[in-house]
Amino acid sequence: MTEKLTGAQALIRALELEGVDTIFGLPGGCILPAYDPLLDSPIRHILVRHEQGAGHMAEGYAHVTGRPGVAMVTSGPAATNMVTPLCDAYMDSIPMVCITGQVPTTAIGTDAFQECDTVGITRSVTKHNELIMTADDIPLMVRQAFHIATTGRPGPVLLDLPKDVLQNQMTWHWPTDSDVEDSLPGYRPTTKGHPRMIKEAARLILESKQPVLYVGGGVLKARAADALRELAELIDAPVVTTLMARGAFPDDHPLCLGMPGMHGNATAITAMQKSDLLITLGARFDDRITGRVNSFAPDAKIIHVDIDPAEQGKVRRPDVPIVGDCRLVIEEIIKALRDMLAGGEKQADISAWKSRVSGWREQFPLHYTQSEPGDALKPQYCLEKLRDASPEGTILCSGVGQHQMWSSQYWKFNEPYTWVNSGGLGTMGFSVPAAIGAKVGRPDRTVWAVDGDGCFQMTAQELVTASVERIPIKVAVLNNSYLGMVRQWQEMFYEERYSEVYLSPELPDFVKWAEAMGCVGIRVESPEEVEAAIEKANSIDDRSVVVEFRVDAGEKVFPMVPAGQSNDDVILHPAQSSQREFLR
Amino acid sequence: MSNGHPAHHILSVLVENRPGVLARVSGLFARRGYNIFSLAVAPTEDPAMSRITIVVDVESSPLEQIVKQLFKLVDVVKISELDPRRSVERELMIATVRVPAEERGQVVELTNIFEGKILAVGTEAITVSLDGSPEKLDDFEELLRGYGIVELQRTGRVALPKLDKEARSRVAKGKAS
Ligand SMILES: Cc1ncc(C[n+]2csc(CCOP(=O)(O)OP(=O)(O)O)c2C)c(N)n1
Ligand SMILES: [Mg+2]
Repeated sequence: MTEKLTGAQALIRALELEGVDTIFGLPGGCILPAYDPLLDSPIRHILVRHEQGAGHMAEGYAHVTGRPGVAMVTSGPAATNMVTPLCDAYMDSIPMVCITGQVPTTAIGTDAFQECDTVGITRSVTKHNELIMTADDIPLMVRQAFHIATTGRPGPVLLDLPKDVLQNQMTWHWPTDSDVEDSLPGYRPTTKGHPRMIKEAARLILESKQPVLYVGGGVLKARAADALRELAELIDAPVVTTLMARGAFPDDHPLCLGMPGMHGNATAITAMQKSDLLITLGARFDDRITGRVNSFAPDAKIIHVDIDPAEQGKVRRPDVPIVGDCRLVIEEIIKALRDMLAGGEKQADISAWKSRVSGWREQFPLHYTQSEPGDALKPQYCLEKLRDASPEGTILCSGVGQHQMWSSQYWKFNEPYTWVNSGGLGTMGFSVPAAIGAKVGRPDRTVWAVDGDGCFQMTAQELVTASVERIPIKVAVLNNSYLGMVRQWQEMFYEERYSEVYLSPELPDFVKWAEAMGCVGIRVESPEEVEAAIEKANSIDDRSVVVEFRVDAGEKVFPMVPAGQSNDDVILHPAQSSQREFLR
Repeated sequence: MSNGHPAHHILSVLVENRPGVLARVSGLFARRGYNIFSLAVAPTEDPAMSRITIVVDVESSPLEQIVKQLFKLVDVVKISELDPRRSVERELMIATVRVPAEERGQVVELTNIFEGKILAVGTEAITVSLDGSPEKLDDFEELLRGYGIVELQRTGRVALPKLDKEARSRVAKGKAS
């Protein structure tokens, strides 16, 4: 039985068969044919106000569900609008499939209306991309795209579909798993760790007197949070979770030290510096973690577990490299440790190390100066109140800047997949659309976006999408009237010469803007109003809510390791800096 | 430039013979800040595959990184780093040399000594070709310079592993590199 379909019908059917329930997108000339069969499909389409929003929504959806987010847009300017989210997803290893329209095959290369070299432009910001030249290739290419996006180190895959390819007839067929595998002879991700390396890792762990589990986003990608917890408890070692891994290990667990890095807490930073063994799980020694590389954790041996072989030795040469899926490898390491312990081997005594770490924790809690009555509102205070009033399992999304660092610092992430942010690319404007995507993926959860006044102005129009599509999210705008993070650098490193960082406290009027977009708008100007406003926001679930917190413009994020400097020279909050000798 | 150079590496990269593959490979080099010294690409015995021979100028640790990054490209099927001492390399060069008719004999003689070929002869110039190891081509080029090179084109090298005992057994299994 041969069934004839158009390329567009085949595309939509292929997406259905891949289990896609939602597409974020916006139509236009070249992708028009694909929007017609979409009318007859059970797939929900969410019409965005800007294609960048579609991309970040797909990312937010993927972050919280683990399933690939799907975005569909037209050619030319729509495709270029997708470049930022593709790059964002590439940097943070987010599974995503992006479908772009293209001018007809006969017009390619002629500078036709809305033609651009989409595969050329996106080549370095996708895990893989393909220009599909015949309708018959569509089913296989779609299957390949989902396979590549979701296996190995996840990432974005783009399929570029010329208009005539969507219009032409093809004979429907659905490739099998082995067809897909055979069609990709160069793609064979390694998932199982090397047994000898696993033994070696277990041996180093038992010998270590000062171990730290250095946990990155790969643990979340591998859905390895349970395995991680078992390992940490088995060896009783402290855990740090990077900005991409917040929630991979519960913040309320006694072994959790929280976030290391440029704005990490002093204990997490110092524990890594003084460690004799970094058990690195799905992390990549990013410069925001290591500070100056040649003075990073100088005495530590390195176990490095990562599914991407290119991460091994890219920044720091591991003593024990293990290429594989974090969950499988952690489980194997646990097994090896249990075997060795059962065979009579003993773990080194780490009690001195643990009491040293506890000492740091007591000396160096996160700190900010509370405002006196009548003083400006502190952003950290708002976050603490938001955290305490939010229902369990709340998903927190953030933009990029000071508010992002405070969010990561002050929230308590006790569950994986409750933190959505732009780590690697640091994309301002990420939070509102990502929160919408997250809410679509987890409609059962409360979703809060914490945004800066600068970031919010980049993509806020997607709140119109949220209102029209009935996707109620909540946004806390920490309005400090500045591009605050840049202001902080100018204050600290450019002698307080503030250049082009002042926005405006009054413009835009965030409350009116929220209302114009169909949301409830609330303004908070003093500490006394904070709790009531949050309570009101949490009680509204039929509409999106924007709460503008007018916060202290002069507040800085501490601790801070200035770019390119050693983690040993972390700058503490001024109230703590006199104690810095205790960090030795 | 020559074989003895410590930072000279030959990568033999087997890729799927598909549109855009070369752009992916060269784009990766540009994006990660590596220099390609020479590059040759053509289909292999299997028309579905192409072999790209890349000579890279790097220290050994970034080379490891570039090999790993290259291998992440979905279209890249296999990468072998060829040790110059244990591989055979060939390159082709074509050169047009300005030489008056009365001195032409010297260039012809030189070409014959190198076992090259005369491709075209004009009144004031001669075009010659030579294939061989890159070092041999270097030497020949140097000598031609004395006469005045009008135009010269080299192909970049292609290479395969030498047929030592180990390689021969691998050939039996169908893959020489
Ligand atoms: C698209 C983009 N442009 C510029 C930057 C550089 N940048 C990083 S943080 C920041 C300031 C963000 O301001 P705001 O959203 O108000 O957050 P705040 O730091 O004040 O909390 C800027 C401009 C960026 N990360 N992304
Ligand atoms: Mg701001």
